Amino acid sequence: MKWFWYASPQTFYPLAGTVARICAVLAVALTLAGLYVGFFVAPTDATQGEAYRIIYLHVPAAWMSMFLYVVMALWAAAGLAFNTRLSFMMARALAPTGALFTFIALWTGSLWGRPTWGTYWVWDARLTSELILLFLYFGFIALQASIDDRRRADRAGALLAIVGVVNVPIIYFSVKWWNTLHQGASVSLTKAPSMAAAMLTGMLLMTFAFWAYAIAVTLARVRCEIREQG
Amino acid sequence: MSEFLAMGGYAWYVWGSYGVTFALLALEVMLLRKRKREAKA
Repeated sequence: MKWFWYASPQTFYPLAGTVARICAVLAVALTLAGLYVGFFVAPTDATQGEAYRIIYLHVPAAWMSMFLYVVMALWAAAGLAFNTRLSFMMARALAPTGALFTFIALWTGSLWGRPTWGTYWVWDARLTSELILLFLYFGFIALQASIDDRRRADRAGALLAIVGVVNVPIIYFSVKWWNTLHQGASVSLTKAPSMAAAMLTGMLLMTFAFWAYAIAVTLARVRCEIREQG
Repeated sequence: MSEFLAMGGYAWYVWGSYGVTFALLALEVMLLRKRKREAKA
């Protein structure tokens, strides 16, 4: 594999365009399939009623918010290690989409919490650490925007992104480490999911839809970055 | 249909979630399209 061949923005540009177009189509198709399963195939939840249908957005968005941060930090680290311009561009392109998914996770969680817990917001470990994640994304974007010199902005942003990664395991394990209002994971890699098959299918379809969306939007943004910097 | 829209009394919570989510995703796509057009010029 000629890894550094694609590290050149000029060779990456057309490839990114092709992948972005494919992922955009996939995102629309998967969203339609996910909404169909989520609203018309999956049954009403026995205890939460119809309000539970928010989880088809909430859980995938929360996963994406954490995952995109880790990917952003990895690109930032690669940029520092290899001094490749494209790595920094990828980190910068991921930040707005990551922040968006973090906001969606908080917003939908809040609207789910009101009928289920009786409150829009509590300062418990899971919710607070997810809010800190949103501020880390904002901090990364603001720090980069505040430094005029591109190379210095990239390196300062990369450091912030890498230090902030410590927050991701805190979010993930917060429901185990502390007594929180937020429930534990219903889906994990280590045990069988504790939910109906149709619900799980809908949630996974929406997860893949968000993946495809995030890839498409990030690559489209990286193409703008490449074109703007020449 | 109206029963579907009522979401068992949870309409504001369910449609508030879906509405805001898809509006924000659409907004991001629109802003990117605008940025792409301006980068071309």
